Amino acid sequence: MARVVVLGAGISGHTAAAFLRKWLGRNDQIVVVSPLPHYNWVPSNIWVGVGLLKPEKVVFPLAPVYRNHGIEFKQARAVALYPEGTDTDASSAVEIEWTLEAKAGERERVTYDFLINATGPKLNFAATDGLGPGKNSLSVCTADHARETSRVFLELIERMKLGERKRFVVGTGHGMCTCEGAAFEYAVNLEFELRAHGVRDKAEVVYLSNEYELGDFGMDGVRIRRSGYVTPSNIFTESLFAERGIDWITRAHVKKVEPGRAFYETLEGEEKEISFDMAMLLPPFSGVGLKAFDRKGEDITPRVFAPNGFMKVDADYQQKPYEEWRSRDWPRYYQSPSFKNLFAAGIAFAPPHAVSRPRVSPKGTPIFAAPPRTGMPSATIGKTVARNIVDMIRGGDKPTHTASMAEMGAACVASAGANPFTGTAASMIVFPIVPDFERFPEYGRDLDYTMGEIGLAGHWIKILLHHMFLYKARLRPGWSLIPE
Amino acid sequence: MTEQPREYAQTKAQMKPAFYATKPTGATLFLRTFFPWQVWRFLWINFKMLIIIHKSHKGL
Ligand SMILES: Cc1cc2nc3c(=O)[nH]c(=O)nc-3n(C[C@H](O)[C@H](O)[C@H](O)COP(=O)(O)OP(=O)(O)OC[C@H]3O[C@@H](n4cnc5c(N)ncnc54)[C@H](O)[C@@H]3O)c2cc1C
Repeated sequence: MARVVVLGAGISGHTAAAFLRKWLGRNDQIVVVSPLPHYNWVPSNIWVGVGLLKPEKVVFPLAPVYRNHGIEFKQARAVALYPEGTDTDASSAVEIEWTLEAKAGERERVTYDFLINATGPKLNFAATDGLGPGKNSLSVCTADHARETSRVFLELIERMKLGERKRFVVGTGHGMCTCEGAAFEYAVNLEFELRAHGVRDKAEVVYLSNEYELGDFGMDGVRIRRSGYVTPSNIFTESLFAERGIDWITRAHVKKVEPGRAFYETLEGEEKEISFDMAMLLPPFSGVGLKAFDRKGEDITPRVFAPNGFMKVDADYQQKPYEEWRSRDWPRYYQSPSFKNLFAAGIAFAPPHAVSRPRVSPKGTPIFAAPPRTGMPSATIGKTVARNIVDMIRGGDKPTHTASMAEMGAACVASAGANPFTGTAASMIVFPIVPDFERFPEYGRDLDYTMGEIGLAGHWIKILLHHMFLYKARLRPGWSLIPE
Repeated sequence: MTEQPREYAQTKAQMKPAFYATKPTGATLFLRTFFPWQVWRFLWINFKMLIIIHKSHKGL
């Protein structure tokens, strides 16, 4: 009998746990440790944030799903890893702290044969003074954040209906953010809803981003064949903003947010500020801050985790100039180089290098998009790690299935207005996610499988994905047939 | 009050980054929500996405 512990019940961890359950025998135990009682289909938080969906539509309780499928659920947060066990018990273990109300604060040590760290990102609002919910800006990163954002948004709409003018600033709250796609999506949805509420003429919408060019998305942008040209993605993104009257500021590192004002430094080194009535600014990501200890209780965190808190896996972490990085430096198995039974899936693994060219302001502030952390690869990585663990439980001595982001594509649909007849969405397909200039010397990507377009069809796809992925996550009949 | 010189309005437009951006023509905008065209695009994009999903699962 084997016990596999999965930390985190997000897109990656939940996918891994579900496939482990499907592929392993009933004697094998799967334990999921996650601090929140529910699953959140994060991409649809955008619609919660503009008041189109109730938060209840993007979350569901995990406990009944796991109970029905024979997965043990501990509503707790992981605190520390003991991959070698301790002096008294040599089994690998993870220390958890319960968040379930009845047991809140209690600590427990859970032993494991294999562990998947799928704890996703820490939303590092603290990196920017005054950033984040409860402070001076809003977010849509969690369903609760999005609920609060929609409350403020709808309140401002009422004030605009009375004739007041408002400025909305949407974007990234730090020079090293990723997930610009989500900020972009929120900006265009917000603009669409302002029109739907009949107050567009009372609003100014400004997109404020750390990207070098619009449409960078942490992938150094994409190039798409269109109308006889290979065209960079900034052309399409700028076009969408221009068409909708959204202004934009790029190459910006937000360093401080005060009530109604954001202060930022530009890549040129200028210090600027912008006032707002509402700001939805995404935080930078870091690892969730797990610690690791050896058998003697010595802190081995730097051996297991990168300085940014993400877990080191089978990537090449050697420091080298940007020009020298290769796509093969990206991990393929997501296995810890120090411990064979320890894996990281989804956002929790440490990327070896930036995909967008790193740039620094004259004051030395790094201002560029961090590597992309999208949902499709997160789920595929979770499934692949589960497959490898199943094989290793059955006698394999090493992982054999791969899920490199340099060999994988991503499909991303960014809603640009939610209405079944007049809505649109930007559908984007990229292959591979991490450019491979050895295989595709000109642009690093296969232009036959890299495309993007805006239209109503994208909105239908977005709705389809919302329902399909929530159905799948609820592990309803036939769930495993739905692709990641 | 004297009338603003004509160039002023132009300069103001030129101050905005949108002035330098590509903008869709009427035909492009029309096609974006033209039902039959979008049904076709829906099928095509889904087909492309399925290929990408297949390619991305090759290592599995
Ligand atoms: C607003 C928004 C919109 C997005 N839209 C898209 C989109 O349209 N398409 C797309 O592909 N991607 C999108 N993304 C990105 C996508 O959501 C992420 O790639 C995906 O959620 C990553 O999955 P994950 O499992 O690694 O992390 P998460 O989904 O963040 O899950 C992490 C899990 O770990 C848990 N956890 C945290 N700390 C601990 C701990 N100490 N111990 C145990 N568990 C812990 C968390 O509670 C959570 O359950 C979007 C992201 C945002 C923020």
